[in-house]
Amino acid sequence: MDFLRPASWEEALAAKAEHPTAVPIAGGTDVMVEINFDHRRPDVLLDLNRIGELQEWEVGEETVRLGASVPYTRIIERLRGELPGLALAGHTVGSPQIRNRGSVGGNLGAASPAGDSHPALLAAGAEVEAVSVRGTRMIPVEEFYTGVKRNCLEADELIRAVHIKKADGPQQFSKVGTRNAMVIAVCAFGLALHPETRTVKTGIGSAAPTPIRARAAEEFLNAALEEAGLWDNGRIIPPSVARQFAELVSGAANPIDDVRGSAAYRRHALGVMARRTLGWTWDEYRGNERSARCA
Amino acid sequence: MGATRIPGNITQGSTAKGGIGESTLRPDGTLKVTGEFAYSSDMWHEDMLWGFTLRSPHAHAEIKSIDTSEALAQAGVYAVLTYDDLPTDVKNYGLEIQDTPVLAHGRVRHHGEPVALVAADHPETARRAAAKIKVEYVQLPVVHDEQTALAEDAPLLHPGRDDHHAGHVPHPNVVHRQPIHRGDVAAARARADVIVSGEYVVGMQDQAFLGPESGLAVPAEDGGVDLYIATQWLHSDLRQIAPVLGLPPEKVRMTLSGVGGAFGGREDLSMQIHACLLALRTGKPVKIVYNRFESFFGHVHRHPAKLWYEHGATKDGKLTHMRCRIVLDGGAYASASPAVVGNASSLSVGPYVIDDVEIEAVALYTNNPPCGAMRGFGAVQACFAYEAQMDKLAAELGMDPVEFRRLNAMSQGTLLPTGQVVDSPAPVAELLRRIKAMPLPPERQWETAGESADVRALPGGLSNTTHGEGVVRGVGYAVGIKNVGFSEGFDDYSTARVRLEVVGGEPVAVVHTAMAEVGQGGVTVHAQIARTELGVTQVTIHPADTQVGSAGSTSASRQTYVTGGAVKNTCEAVREKVLELGRARFGSYHPAWATAELLLESGKVVTDGGEVLADLVEVLEGEAIDLELEWRHRPTEAFDLHTGQGNGHVQYSFAAHRAVVEVDTELGLVKVVELACAQDVGRALNPLSVVGQIQGGTTQGLGLAVMEEIVVSKEAKVRNPSFTDYLIPTILDTPTIPVDVLELADEHAPYGLRGIGEAPTLSSTPAVVSAIRAATGLALNRVPVRPEHLTGT
Repeated sequence: MDFLRPASWEEALAAKAEHPTAVPIAGGTDVMVEINFDHRRPDVLLDLNRIGELQEWEVGEETVRLGASVPYTRIIERLRGELPGLALAGHTVGSPQIRNRGSVGGNLGAASPAGDSHPALLAAGAEVEAVSVRGTRMIPVEEFYTGVKRNCLEADELIRAVHIKKADGPQQFSKVGTRNAMVIAVCAFGLALHPETRTVKTGIGSAAPTPIRARAAEEFLNAALEEAGLWDNGRIIPPSVARQFAELVSGAANPIDDVRGSAAYRRHALGVMARRTLGWTWDEYRGNERSARCA
Repeated sequence: MGATRIPGNITQGSTAKGGIGESTLRPDGTLKVTGEFAYSSDMWHEDMLWGFTLRSPHAHAEIKSIDTSEALAQAGVYAVLTYDDLPTDVKNYGLEIQDTPVLAHGRVRHHGEPVALVAADHPETARRAAAKIKVEYVQLPVVHDEQTALAEDAPLLHPGRDDHHAGHVPHPNVVHRQPIHRGDVAAARARADVIVSGEYVVGMQDQAFLGPESGLAVPAEDGGVDLYIATQWLHSDLRQIAPVLGLPPEKVRMTLSGVGGAFGGREDLSMQIHACLLALRTGKPVKIVYNRFESFFGHVHRHPAKLWYEHGATKDGKLTHMRCRIVLDGGAYASASPAVVGNASSLSVGPYVIDDVEIEAVALYTNNPPCGAMRGFGAVQACFAYEAQMDKLAAELGMDPVEFRRLNAMSQGTLLPTGQVVDSPAPVAELLRRIKAMPLPPERQWETAGESADVRALPGGLSNTTHGEGVVRGVGYAVGIKNVGFSEGFDDYSTARVRLEVVGGEPVAVVHTAMAEVGQGGVTVHAQIARTELGVTQVTIHPADTQVGSAGSTSASRQTYVTGGAVKNTCEAVREKVLELGRARFGSYHPAWATAELLLESGKVVTDGGEVLADLVEVLEGEAIDLELEWRHRPTEAFDLHTGQGNGHVQYSFAAHRAVVEVDTELGLVKVVELACAQDVGRALNPLSVVGQIQGGTTQGLGLAVMEEIVVSKEAKVRNPSFTDYLIPTILDTPTIPVDVLELADEHAPYGLRGIGEAPTLSSTPAVVSAIRAATGLALNRVPVRPEHLTGT
């Protein structure tokens, strides 16, 4: 196995172009597990740890440009305001040691349906900055995942950053595991309210071959909120609407039975999480609206 | 409840600093916490090779051929061994029944069974070479439960059995069967006002010790081998290793290396023989270290069990009778199955008085992973079932579950279903009283905590699944009984060598045993005993090895009792020698040498009145007293194969738990808020270690209740051999564990102590499940309880 250690981003791109089968490694929280378990033995490892810019982020007008290797610990500590959903998801990643090493870039590269950051990215809205010696392209995160542990990156491409919409409203993230910490998701759910566009976006993890949005549920809820004028009047969401939303979220999933949980449980749990996270975000939205009006 | 009784004259040296009863600190504690402790996997030898084991991908298959030529041709490979390379006629091993092949011979019986060995100059080279070994398998039908094991056309796991259980079992796929009959169940049943029955299932728990199987075998010039190994019982390993190697036992010199936990999982051999074979073949030191994945295949697990129980009671709450049938899945090889059957049957009644019983326990041979010893050893499975039954009966009678248990609790003098009398304190009712009386933790603290509310205190913890929605509290109780020491007539002795001499002007005791320190704190306790008995400050614990006699196993809650007892016994003999020497040297100077009771205190010989007669340094004067003695607890008897009668056990250990849980009833997630334990320990030789053992055992029981299970497919394949999917409790899953320690001495045991390591593992599981039942109203007859069970999905 060759171990390449490019000193700069340009060198990394050149190396990836030269060795298209090279597996990029940063925190190693996923790649090393796969190697240790002998699930994969890449010919070439491409170590990105010398490239400082991947550990940096910029907060812009609309988006946060998050370097691919920014560890979860940093997101939790520094970007809680701009990326609340992702910060909550980051809290559920592994142990403190893993959170010090693991990053969103790694989650995207691995593209496991159980990756914790995906539902938060889907709900917030995000684009993946994929770069090769040929140039840069921006991939909407919805289109990024193509199958179980597969993404749409070309063989010569590396993830440089993720551009995530700054929160314009409350966001929540919930994940079910059979342990109270350090657990891979049985299923997970992300929800973001976008008052500026008067829309709601969702993300489902670990309950389909790829992370997905529950689009029918979003459309139903968008219409229901609009129809009842709830964005303006700030009333509570009628329980029947919340129930219907939850059912549509359950229905959007396409889960399997596996050693971590049954398909039926995953559907059920997604519905519960959808209902609860909608309640929490909407309560927060109403609270914000009220205090904004008082001010 | 009787007052605490301490037998008279149980010890001397009560003033010895660092003696028994003190919470002296463990010598290995700081090293383990800071990561500096040398575990067996850390060993290194110049020029050493790495061993690797090729394992079966099938649960049941015939081996048509093995072709090792490509593997042998790989650069860096020094040896590839298969069954055909075994050097002697002894090709099997086993704790009680020698049915386990060192390497598979023509057939594999479980997923992960060792088939071939490779030694190479690098672990990766060894792994790759193993992948080049071509094994031609023909898959066979799989036996995976009682029905398939006992079917008319069932494949026999071990055709032609000639072991000592073969003659009395009802089917060759039954390892051992133990019935126990006492009283007249039909008559007692007729007296019952209520009868409840139930079927219960216990999943396959793993010991999940953190230090994987590992060791280093170094070939010696005399043709023997030195083996540095993490194990639970050096001499038991030796007895099984030496014949396979064709070496006399004295040429297999074993030294205990750093053990990273055991919990029963190191009672059976893993890589011991393999490393020795490779070392002797190559003439080079060979190290084998399993990774986590392999470790799940490298040791036996707790027997999964199906249990059927029926109890009756009168309307005033007295138990009338009990019938039960316990089916334990022993997997492909016997391991400790016969003894687990003995425990499960003889302790199936629990810590209750029931005169009329019909009990049957069996262990099966199947193609599932082999199961054997794990903390609680047969008593865990039974306790889950009988405690569920106690709750059911109490509910049926409209009685408080704790009061109902107290009403039926055994006590000193109770006759067990085996006809054995409980002849030491059995404070079952008192333990229950104590846990019930403990204050309950505050309810719905997340609502009252305001800003400091912490999602980690809620079910789901960090995963942020509830902010209080759907959360219901439940409280549950359970109590259990565990035997201490090896039972059923086993000669369960231990050996201790103690040397007392003057070093640098100070008396120093060296304690040498073969006891495996697996984390239980035995080395701490041995030093305490030596200080107490010999009145010295300096005690050196010699590394455990086979240069001294057997210490028996570090299991069955027995080491403080038996090897502690052996250390005490040898120290007493050394003390007698010291006094003899003193009398010879100084007897004429003071009449008290002849007339008074003499003690060793603070490095001096003193009278029981406290008068100093001589300095130990003067008495010894360059001489060393060095004794090695065996020590035995009271003998036990085998259980009658038909009636189950017999004085089978040495001692009992009792613990009771109260669990407080909060259940997210919509998501089926559980947070155990508090798990209080009361346990009688007879005498706490090291109170800090005692509490640590109780908290550890309690947590392991919690793991079985809500998450720990090796999932085996219908094809008998292990589906979750990793810590990613075999979940053990994290600190966020571990509740507050208040511990109430009783010390009611057992006059038959050294210092009155009681073995304590296992009892807390028993009642923890049913207490948690009882609390979940209280919160949800669900029947929950299976552990671990999964979210699916709580949500009907």
